[in-house]
Amino acid sequence: MASVDHAEGPDLRSRLQDWLPRLVLSPSIAAVMIFVYGFIVFTIYLSFTDSKMLPSYGLVGFDNYATLFGLSAWHTALVNLAIFASLYIVICMAIGLTLAIFLDQKIRGEGVLRPIYLYPMALSFIVTGTAWKWFLDPGIGLEHTMHLWGWESFKFGWIKDRDFAIYTLVLAAVWQSSGFVMAMFLAGLRGIDNEMLKAAQIDGASNWQLYRRIVIPLLRPAFMSAFVILAHLAIKSYDLVIALTGGGPGRATELPATFMYSYTFTRNQMGVGAASAVIMLMGVAAVMVPYIYAELREKS
Amino acid sequence: MKFSAKAGVSALAISLAAGAAAQAADVEVLHWWTAGGEAAALNVLKENLEAQGIGWQDMPVAGGGGEAAMTALRARVTAGDPPTAVQMLGFDILDWANQGEVLANLNDVAAEENWDEVIPAAIQKFSKPGENWIAAPVNVHSTNWVWANKPMLDELGIAEPTTWDEFIAALQKAKDAGKVALAHGGQPWQDATMFDSAVLATGGAEFYQKAMIDLDPEALGGKQMVQAFDKMSQLREFVDDNFSGRDWNLASAMVINDEAAFQIMGDWAKGEFINAGKVPGTDFLCFRVPGTGDFVTFNSDQFVMFQQSDEEATAAQNAMASAIESPEFQIAFNKVKGSVPARTDVSGDELDDCAKKGMEQLAAASESGNLLGSMAHGHANPAAVKNAMYDVITAHFNGEYDSQTAAEEMVNAVEAAQ
Amino acid sequence: MAIATQDTAVRTGRITRTFIYVVLIFFALFYLLPFFIMVINSVKPLSEITSGNMLALPQDPTFAPWASAWSTAQIGVEATGLKPYFLNSILMVVPAVAISTALGALNGYILTKWRFRGDTILFGLMLFSCFIPFQIVLIPMARILGELGLSGSLPGLILVHVVYGIGFSTLYFRNYYAAFPTELVKSAMIDGAGFFRIFWRIMLPVSGPIAVVCIIWQFTNIWNDFLFGVSFAGLSAQPMTVALNNLVQSSTGVKEYNVHFAGAILAALPTLFVYIVAGRYFVRGLMAGSVKG
Repeated sequence: MASVDHAEGPDLRSRLQDWLPRLVLSPSIAAVMIFVYGFIVFTIYLSFTDSKMLPSYGLVGFDNYATLFGLSAWHTALVNLAIFASLYIVICMAIGLTLAIFLDQKIRGEGVLRPIYLYPMALSFIVTGTAWKWFLDPGIGLEHTMHLWGWESFKFGWIKDRDFAIYTLVLAAVWQSSGFVMAMFLAGLRGIDNEMLKAAQIDGASNWQLYRRIVIPLLRPAFMSAFVILAHLAIKSYDLVIALTGGGPGRATELPATFMYSYTFTRNQMGVGAASAVIMLMGVAAVMVPYIYAELREKS
Repeated sequence: MKFSAKAGVSALAISLAAGAAAQAADVEVLHWWTAGGEAAALNVLKENLEAQGIGWQDMPVAGGGGEAAMTALRARVTAGDPPTAVQMLGFDILDWANQGEVLANLNDVAAEENWDEVIPAAIQKFSKPGENWIAAPVNVHSTNWVWANKPMLDELGIAEPTTWDEFIAALQKAKDAGKVALAHGGQPWQDATMFDSAVLATGGAEFYQKAMIDLDPEALGGKQMVQAFDKMSQLREFVDDNFSGRDWNLASAMVINDEAAFQIMGDWAKGEFINAGKVPGTDFLCFRVPGTGDFVTFNSDQFVMFQQSDEEATAAQNAMASAIESPEFQIAFNKVKGSVPARTDVSGDELDDCAKKGMEQLAAASESGNLLGSMAHGHANPAAVKNAMYDVITAHFNGEYDSQTAAEEMVNAVEAAQ
Repeated sequence: MAIATQDTAVRTGRITRTFIYVVLIFFALFYLLPFFIMVINSVKPLSEITSGNMLALPQDPTFAPWASAWSTAQIGVEATGLKPYFLNSILMVVPAVAISTALGALNGYILTKWRFRGDTILFGLMLFSCFIPFQIVLIPMARILGELGLSGSLPGLILVHVVYGIGFSTLYFRNYYAAFPTELVKSAMIDGAGFFRIFWRIMLPVSGPIAVVCIIWQFTNIWNDFLFGVSFAGLSAQPMTVALNNLVQSSTGVKEYNVHFAGAILAALPTLFVYIVAGRYFVRGLMAGSVKG
C-alpha cells in the first residue's frame, strides 16, 4: 500500500512502519470528520426542522428553504456576495501583482515598504473598523477634510448610499488583503529562474511582453494560492460588514455570513439560518470542489 | 430593609473575595454593561454580594442589545453549563421561559420582599410570565423622549412643543434657521425607536397594543399604520444627509454641540448630556415625544436566573436577586444608567430632574394602563417579529417603500416571521 | 531581501522608475491611513475628537488614553483595563498555534512522503474544511465541549482553534514538502530510519521557512478571533478581542474614542510585532514552497 517499497519481508517492524503514518494522521482526520463534516450534516438536518432559539427536532420539510427564498434580504445578500467577492478577488490580485512586480525592480527601501503593505492583514476589523467608518463618513471623514482644505465640491458619500455602500466594503477589504497577495506574488517572482528572462531579453522582448508572455504564466501557482485564500476570506467576511456598515444603509450590505448569523442567533429563526448556511456551503462547494479536484489531480 | 446596613459596609469587603473563590458559592453573571459608568454601577451589586461572602464571576460580553451575549449564552446552555444570572431584555426572557426547565424559581424571595406589589404589572409580564418569578428587574428605561438644545430653542423662539403638529412646526423652524433639526442615527433600532412614538402619536395606546403587541393584521396594514409611516416620512425631512449608520451618541453630540435642535432617543441619552457638563432645564430639555405625552414606552433590563444544580449556588442566586431589588442598588445603579428604578416604591430624591419627571410619568402610566413595551427594544413582540418590523421601517425610512407599501409589507413581514 | 540576483528586474528608464516609486509610495500611504487615524486620535483628549477634525493632528497630545486602555478602563465590573486579558490571549494562542502547526507538519509529511490509497481524497476533505463558515459550528461545538467537560475552559478553546486550524496548516506543509526530494526520504528508509526519525532528522531541519508562514497565519487568525472566544472562553479566560469589544461596544455609555483607539492598537501590537519581525522571513517562506505547485 505504501508507495515506498520495503526490501525485507513484512516483518512486525515494517508492518508497524506501514501503519504508523495512518495512525498519526488519524486524529486530524477524525477531528475534521466530526467537527467539520459532522457539523455540516447536523446543519443540513437542522435546516429541515422547526428550530427557533435552540435546536429542536420537529421536521418541517422544505419550509425553511421556502421562507428563505421568499426573503428579499437573502437575494440582496447573494447578489452582494457575488459583487463583493468578484471585485475583491480581482482587485486584490491586480494590486498585489502590480506592487509585487514594482517592488521587484531593485527598489530602494523595500525593507520598509514591504511590512507597510503587509501589516493590514495583521489587524482584525474589530480594531480598524472604527477608523474606516470615520474615514468613509462624509460628515467627519475624507469628504469633510477635503472641504476643510478648500475642495468644496468634493463628494465621497458611498457608505451612506444604498447603491454604493457595498463598494466601501470592497475598498476596506482590499486594503486588508492586497498586501498579503503582494507577498505571495513577490515570492512567486523571486522563485523564477532569472536566466530564462535574460535569454528572452536578449531575444529582444519588450518589458511588457516579457511579463505577459513569460513571467505571469509562471506565476500560476501563486495565482491559485491567492485565489484560495481570497475566496475563503470573501466568503467568511463578517467582521468587516458589522464594523463598517452593520449591514446598512437599510439592509443594502447584507452578506450571506451576516444573514446567517442574524437569523440563527439574533432573530431566533435557527431553521432559516441553517437553510441559508446549507445554500452557502453548496455555493462554496460549487466553486471550490472543481478547483481542489483539478489541483490534486494534477499533482498526483 | 435588612440590606441597607450590609450594602453600606460592603465596600470594605471588595478585595477579600478575589483569592477565596471556593468558600461560598459564586454567582456567574453574564451581562453587556461592559464599559464606563454602567459597568462601574454594576460594581455596587458585586460589592454587596461580596460583603455576604458570595463571589462574583464576571462574564461581560458587549455588543448591540446583547446580541453577542445571547450567542454566548446559547453556547453555555447547550453545553449544559448555564451562568447563574444573565442580563436580558423583554421577549428574550419569554423565549427562554418557553424552553422548559432551564430557569430558576424566585418565588420565595419575591414573596418575602413583596415584589408582586412594588413592581409594575407591565414589567411583571416579563419577570413573572407564568406562576413563577424567573427574573429580577433592574431598571426601566423609557424610550419616547425628546432631547432638545434649550439655548438654541430660545434663540429661535421655539417653545416646548406639546402636540405632533407643533413638533413638526418646531422642526421646520430649526431647519429654516439652517440647523440640523433632528439629530438621528440611521441604524435599524434607532429608526424603530422613532417609529414606536410615531405609532403612539397616531393611534394612542389602543392602536399600539393592537398593532405592535397583538400583531393584528388589520391594524398592521390599516389606515392608521399608513399615517404612522407618514409621520416617519415627515421626520425624514428633518434629518441631515449623513444620518445613515451614525451611532446614537454621535447624534446626541450634535445636540450637545449646538449643531442640532432635537433628538428622539431613550433616557440613556441623558448620560451624554450630563457628561458633557450640561444641566437639565437650563442647557437641555427632556420631554415626551409630542403626541405621546400620556404614554410611556419602556424597556427593562432584567437579570434572568438560570437553574442551578446545588443548593449553595441556589442560595447565592437568591441573595443576588434580593440584592438587585434592594433600594440602595436600584438608586445607585439607575442614577448612573439614566433609567429609573424598577420598583415604584423607591424615593427618587437623589435623581436628576429628568429622571424625577420620568418616575412620576412611569407611575402614572402604570396606573392608567399606558405603560407599553417598546417594540424597538424587544418588549412588544418576539425577536423574529421585531427584526422583521425593523426591516420594513428601515426600508421605508431610507426611501425604498412609500407609506402605503410599507404598511402592506408590515403585514407580510410579520406573517413570515411568525 | 539579500538575494538580489533573484530579482526579476527589467531594464527601465528614469521616467518609468519615477512612476514606479510614485505608485509604491501612494499605496504605502493608502495602507498606512487607517493606522494613522487611529494613532493620532488615540493621543487626543476626548473633547478634541468630538468637536474637531478626524484627520487633524492633536493640539494637546496626551497619553492618558493609553494608560487608561491598558490598566484602568472599565471592562466588565472590574476597572482593569486590557492588561489581564493580554495574558489570557497569550495562554490561548501559544498552545493553539504550536499544536496546529505541529499537526500540520506531521500531516503534510505523511501526505507527501508516506502516501497511501485515498490520501488525496483525505487531503481534499481537509482542504475543503477551511471553507466552513464558523457561525454554523457554534451550537454543535458547544454541545460537544459540554460532553467532554471542556465547556468554558481554556483547553476547550484551544481545541476549537486547533481543529479549525488543521486545514490551512496541513495545506501549507503539504505543498512545501511536496517539493522536497522524496529520494532522500527513501534512502533514509533503506538505511533503516523510522517514521519519526526521518521527520525529526530530515524534514524538520528544512521546515523553517514554511513554519514561519504557518505560524504567522495561525497566530493572526487565532489572536484576532472573536466568535470562538466569546462563545467558548471561560469566565477567567476571555481573550483580548472579547475584552476590546467590551471596551468599545458599551451599549449605552459615553464613547471614549481616544481610549478605544489606544486599546485597539494595544490589542493589535502582538500581531503587528509578529508581522514586522517575522515579515522578512515571510516572503522567503512563501517563496520556498507554499505558492509553488
